[in-house]
Amino acid sequence: MATHTSSSETDVVVVGGGVVGGAIALGLARSGARVTILDEGDVAFRASRGNFALVWVQSKGLGMPDYASWSRRSADQWHQLAGVLNEETGIDVAHSQPGGFMLCLSEDELEQRRQTMQRLHNQMSLADFPYEILDHDETKRRMPDIGKDVVGAVYSPLDGHVNSLKLFRALREATQRRGVAYRPNCTVDSITPRDGGFLLRGAFGEVAAAKVVLTAGLGNARLAPMVGLDAPVKPSKGQIIVTEKTAPFLHNPMVTIRQTDEGGVMIGDSQEDRGFDTVVRQPILSVMAERAVRMFPRLAGLNVVRSWSALRVMSPDGFPIYDQSETCPGAFVVTCHSGVTLAANHTLTLAPAILSGALPETLAAFSARRFHVPAHS
Amino acid sequence: MFRPIAEAKASDGTRVAPVGFTFDGRAMTARAGDTVAAALLANGVQACRQTPVSGAPRGPYCMMGVCFECLVVIDGIGNRQGCLVPLRDGMRIQTQAGRRQPDEVQS
Amino acid sequence: MKTIAEIGLLAEQYDIAIVGAGPAGLSAAARAAELGLSVLLADENPAPGGQIYRAITTTPVTDRSVLGEDYWKGGALIARLERTDAVYAPGCTVWSVAPDEAGGFELGLSLGGQARLVAARQIILATGAQERPFPIPGWTLPGVMTAGAAQIVLKSSGLVPGGRTVIAGCGPLLYLLAGQLAAAGANIVAVLDTTPRRNWLAAIAAFPDFLRSPYLAKGLKLMTQARGKLPFRTGVTSLAAEGTDTVTGVKVTRGGATETIACDALLLHQGVIPGINLSNAAGCAQAFDAVQRCWTPTVDDWFASSIPGIAIAGDGAGIGGAESAALRGEIAALDAARRLGRLSEAERDEKAAPTRAGLARSLRGRRFLDLLYRPAEAFLAPPADETIVCRCEEVTAGQIRDTASRLGVTGPNQMKAFLRCGMGPCQGRLCGPTVVELIAQVHGVSPAETGYYRLRPPVKPITLGELAALPPTEFAVKAVVR
Repeated sequence: MATHTSSSETDVVVVGGGVVGGAIALGLARSGARVTILDEGDVAFRASRGNFALVWVQSKGLGMPDYASWSRRSADQWHQLAGVLNEETGIDVAHSQPGGFMLCLSEDELEQRRQTMQRLHNQMSLADFPYEILDHDETKRRMPDIGKDVVGAVYSPLDGHVNSLKLFRALREATQRRGVAYRPNCTVDSITPRDGGFLLRGAFGEVAAAKVVLTAGLGNARLAPMVGLDAPVKPSKGQIIVTEKTAPFLHNPMVTIRQTDEGGVMIGDSQEDRGFDTVVRQPILSVMAERAVRMFPRLAGLNVVRSWSALRVMSPDGFPIYDQSETCPGAFVVTCHSGVTLAANHTLTLAPAILSGALPETLAAFSARRFHVPAHS
Repeated sequence: MFRPIAEAKASDGTRVAPVGFTFDGRAMTARAGDTVAAALLANGVQACRQTPVSGAPRGPYCMMGVCFECLVVIDGIGNRQGCLVPLRDGMRIQTQAGRRQPDEVQS
Repeated sequence: MKTIAEIGLLAEQYDIAIVGAGPAGLSAAARAAELGLSVLLADENPAPGGQIYRAITTTPVTDRSVLGEDYWKGGALIARLERTDAVYAPGCTVWSVAPDEAGGFELGLSLGGQARLVAARQIILATGAQERPFPIPGWTLPGVMTAGAAQIVLKSSGLVPGGRTVIAGCGPLLYLLAGQLAAAGANIVAVLDTTPRRNWLAAIAAFPDFLRSPYLAKGLKLMTQARGKLPFRTGVTSLAAEGTDTVTGVKVTRGGATETIACDALLLHQGVIPGINLSNAAGCAQAFDAVQRCWTPTVDDWFASSIPGIAIAGDGAGIGGAESAALRGEIAALDAARRLGRLSEAERDEKAAPTRAGLARSLRGRRFLDLLYRPAEAFLAPPADETIVCRCEEVTAGQIRDTASRLGVTGPNQMKAFLRCGMGPCQGRLCGPTVVELIAQVHGVSPAETGYYRLRPPVKPITLGELAALPPTEFAVKAVVR
C-alpha cells in the first residue's frame, strides 16, 4: 500500500475502488498512465460486493437505444477482458456467454415481456439483437429442470455471466501489478481545480493529479458537484439469497437465478426504494424463494447459506451517466448499475478515451445534461 | 474412535436396546438418544465427509452445531448436521462426498 | 412447562421469546413465566441444558463424580422451569430475529423441517458461547476436535476417546475436561499447556479479586487433581496436528525443542467466546473486548442490547460462566417484564437486587482468568502460512496475510469478498476471529479497528423450500415481481 502519492507520481486519481473504478484504473494503467485509487474502507455501500454477476444484454435500453448498443458492445468484448485479466493475474473470472433466459410464471408476465422486447426492438435494428420468445415446452426442452408453473421465457444468446467477486479481485490484483496505488480508508472530502489539474483532500491528506475520475457509486452524488458535474444517483435496494454448493445443473444464467462456478445457486432480485437501509427483510426473501422454487422445484431441498442486500446505483432514468466536466475539463464521472456487464467497455474503451481527454461520441447520450433539459418528442 | 464408559442404561437402571442404522451400507448400532455424529464416533467413524473445495476428509469437530464439519447424507438428504440430528432406528447415513449431489435434495 | 414437538403447535405470539436453553435461557424463561408472562423458549438441541449442562436430563453417565458437582447443579434450573407454564421447543432453530410492524419482533423458526414466523414482544438472546477457533496446521484432520466436543460426547452419550488422547491449549475448561476424561477412564498421554508464561505479569494485578472468588477453590482443586494425575507439559509455543487422513500425532514445541507425540485423538481448547451470529444479524451493536479478546454485543446493566426490546443474557454477551449466566438471564427477564408493564421500575430493581449481588460475586476473579488464559499471539494469528483459517472454504493464513498487505484489504468483509472466507455454511463462526486478528496484525492495528463480518439471516441453514412456504406480504411481492 502506498502511504503517500504526490502529483508528480500520479496522472489520474480514480475515486472509488469498486468494479467500475478498478476496471477504469486497469485500462488507464494499461495505457501507461500513473494511477491512484482512493477508496473507502471495509464498511461501505459496495455494490461490487453485492451484485448478481450477470453480463446481460436482453431487455436493456428501452428509452435509450445507445444503452442497448453500449451493453452489447461490452458483452461482445467480455471474452477479451477475461483474457486480459487471466494474462495479468492468472485469475480465471469464470466468464461464459451461454445465452440467458428470463423465465415467466404467468401469461401476464410473459405478455409484458413480449411487449417490452418489441418496444425495445422498435428502436433499433432487430438483426443485431437476436432474441426468442419461448413457450413452456420449448423452454423445458432447453432447460429440462423447469417447473410446470413456468409458462415461457425470453431467451437471448447474447447473455452471460461471470464470477463477479473473482472479477473484483482480479481487477485489484491486476491494477496492483500494474503499479496502481490503492489507498483504502481515504474518503475524499473536497476536490479543488488547481494548476490545470485537481487537488483532492480528506482526513488522509491530499493528492493532486491532472485528471480525476469519479467512480464512487452512490458517493458520486456528493462528489460530482465539486468539479462542475452532476450525478443525481439514488440507492435502489436489492436482496439476494445464495444456497449451499451443489453439483452443476443450471447451465444458463437467468435474470433471477444463476448457479455460480463454485456451485452455489444465487437467487435475486428484489427492488425497493428504502434509502440507505440495507437490512435484509425476510418477506422479500420468501417471495424470491417461492418464485425460484416454482421455476426449479428441485431447489426446494437446498439449504440457504447466506443472504444479503446491496444498493444499486440508479440515475433518474436508470441509465448510466458518463460525463466530462465543461467547467473543469479533466474531471470525469462514471456511474452505472451494471458495472459487471460494462467492465469490458470501461477497461478497453472508456479508459483510453479518458486518457486522451475526450469521451467517445457514442457516449454523448449518457451525459447528465439529459436530466436538465425538457424532453422533446 | 470413541468408546462407552459403561453399558447404557435407562434412568430406572434397565438396559436400553441399541438403535440400528447403516453408514455407507455398513450395519452399525448405537445408544438410543445419541445424535448421528455421536453414533458415528462410537462406531469408529472419524471422517464423515469430503469437502466441496479440495475433497479433504473431515469429521465432527465441535459437536454443538457451529462448525458444520459433521455434515452427512441422512435418508437421502444431503448436508445435514449430524451433531444436531437424533439417531433413529433404521437410519441410512452416508458420507457427504463434496458438494451436494442433485439426488440428495429431495425432501 | 409445555414441550412442543411440532411447529404448528406454537402460538402466534408470545410476550417473550428466549433463544437458547442453557443456564441464561432457562432461568430467564422461568423468571418471566413466574411473573405471568407467556414465554417461548426455543433451542436447537434435543434436550435442555445448553452446553454446560448438556444432556442433564438424559445423560447416561450415572457416576456423579465423573462430571462433578457443578454439572449436576443444572438440574435445579430445569426443575424450576418445569413448574412454570413456559413453552419449550427443543430441536427448534431460530434463524432470524427482525422487528415487526407492531413494534415487536418476528422470529424465524424451523422445527422438523418446517419454517414458521412467530411474533414476540420482547426477545432475550441466550445463545451462549462457542469455543474460540484454534487454528494450527492440521486442525482440520479427522480426529482433531475441540475439548468441548469431547465433553459434549461424554455428557450426552457417555463416550470417551478410545485411543491415545492429547489435550492441548489453555483455560479452565481444558483442565476441567482433562479431569473429567481421566475420571471416565480415557488414556490421556499428554496435556499440552499453551498458557503464555508472561500472562502472569498481566494477570497478577487482578489476583486479589481472584483470591476472594468462587473460582479459586474450584480452580485449585481442578489444577491439583489434573496436574497430580496427568502428564502436564507447560510452556508450549507451537502445535501442529500430523497425519494424512486422520490425526496420528501432534508436533509440539516447548522451550525451543520440538517433538512429536503419537496420538489417536487431539482435543483443542483455548477458551470460549460469545456466539454472536444471531445478535449480529439482528443488528445489535457489538464491540471488541480487549480483555476477553473477542467481539461482544454491547449491553447495558440490564443486558439490553442497542436494539430496544432485544436483551442478550449469559455468555452470549461476554463470558462469565454458568453461574453468572443464570443470574444474567434472571435480570434480563426482570427488565423485559418491566418493558412489558408487568413490573414497575421500582419492583424490578427490588427483585433484581439480590441477584445483582450474586452476579457480582460470581464474576469476581473472572478478570484474572481472562488475563491469565489469554491465548498467545501465535494461536490467535497463526504464523505458518499453510494453516487453514476458514475451514469451510479452505482459506489459509498465508492467503489472508497476502491479500491484506498486497491488495490493501483492511477488514473482514472485503476479505470475504476476495477470498470467500466466512462464506461457507458455518458463516464465519470458525474463521471470523482469526481473520480479524490476521488483518489487524498485518496493518499493525487492534482488531477493534478492522471490524467484524456483517452477518445476515438465516444464521442457521433452512431450506429454500421452507423459506418459500412462509406467507408473502403484498409489499414483498411488489418488490420482487416486476
